[in-house]
Amino acid sequence: MKVDWMALGAVFAVSTGVVLGLVVLFSVGLRGMSAREDAREGGGNGVSGTVVAGVSFAACAAVVLFGLYLVVAG
Amino acid sequence: MDASLLVIIVVITALAFDFTNGFHDTANAMATSIATGALRPRTAVALSAVLNLVGAFLSVEVAKTISGGIVDDAKITPAIVFGGLIGAIMWNLVTWYVGLPSSSSHALFGGLIGATWVSSGADAVHFTKVVDKVLVPAIAAPLVAGIVALLATFLTYRLTRRARPSVSDRGFKVGQVASAALMSVAHGTNDAQKTMGIITLTLITAGTLSPGSGPPTWVILSAGIAIALGTYLGGWRITQTLGKGLTTIEAPQGFAAQTSAATVIMASSHLGFALSTTHVASGGIMGSGLGRQRDGVRWGVAGRMAMAWLFTLPAAGIVGALAGLLAGQGTFGVVLVSVLAITMAVVIWLLSRREPVRPEHVVDEIAAQSEPHKLDVAA
Repeated sequence: MKVDWMALGAVFAVSTGVVLGLVVLFSVGLRGMSAREDAREGGGNGVSGTVVAGVSFAACAAVVLFGLYLVVAG
Repeated sequence: MDASLLVIIVVITALAFDFTNGFHDTANAMATSIATGALRPRTAVALSAVLNLVGAFLSVEVAKTISGGIVDDAKITPAIVFGGLIGAIMWNLVTWYVGLPSSSSHALFGGLIGATWVSSGADAVHFTKVVDKVLVPAIAAPLVAGIVALLATFLTYRLTRRARPSVSDRGFKVGQVASAALMSVAHGTNDAQKTMGIITLTLITAGTLSPGSGPPTWVILSAGIAIALGTYLGGWRITQTLGKGLTTIEAPQGFAAQTSAATVIMASSHLGFALSTTHVASGGIMGSGLGRQRDGVRWGVAGRMAMAWLFTLPAAGIVGALAGLLAGQGTFGVVLVSVLAITMAVVIWLLSRREPVRPEHVVDEIAAQSEPHKLDVAA
């Protein structure tokens, strides 16, 4: 009875890393959006918030696309 | 019976199975988005169907696991594959009727293993491979998805606690749609491939393909289309159970649960693990329920689902074994099995028409529902 524990472990490790990374990036993006709206209400322009949000969401998309690429390139 | 005619029958049956699989699994990808109102049911299902099709083209690892691994292709015939498929379809229809998200994949494996075992002997089943590529992932994958979703949900709530409610509300709905889309793609990469594997296996046993071949393009295309059609046309019934039955879902949870499930499925597909998308999605939803609050899961409903899962392999195996034996008797057997299967499918369909569940109803019931969804399951 041979079970490929390495492969299972890889699934666990990769999934944990990728998902937590995505969740953190996405949450940071949302905080950026919030900061931007706060700044605008306070009379500022909210550029830093916009940049943070933009970079975070772009990073999310990049992670997903890279993952898909890995599967397709298989 | 003429071998090529039998192959055609098996291919059509396999595609029918794929269709019922889509029917079952719309819920996996879209339940949480529909439940939180991030997507309208019709849009959700159409989107899911298209992405299923896309996913079907991404990978063939799981198809290879099925066509080249779990049973000995030298010892079985198209008739046995046919019997196994019938077993799987019957179990799928019954669980669909009672609204239970059981695993189409395990029904398929159960049917195939049962039919092979009874008709060709236990040594025609590669049990080591079954354990390594099917049974162990069957237990591990939902757990992994659950743990990851739990952590992800916890982190999400923690990190966005101080974000503006208006922003996070809108943001998570968008995030949820994106993660549901990913889930649909993942679903295509794992489930559509199982049908490809079965058709490829049939072609190998009939001598049309050489042992060890991957699925031909027409097989990939037709399997992708069949599952997409099934996804588009069905699934309202089970969406109820998954959407609100297991746990009460908020948009951030839906986002975390889907992202976790989709990632686990994609990673597993990539390594050829033929796992149940249903189980993984349920694991993710439960994990996210726990991540939000400690008593966030309705263990009663979860327990009944687990019971149905336990029964799936043996139940589909027994039906598959009987159907395989009958079909192995020649033309008369194949015709008899087909007629029986069609009759039963029609009966179940007629029964389900008595209390039809349509998209509009799903929305109404989800909105109004404060009690756990009841499951009328005898088993």
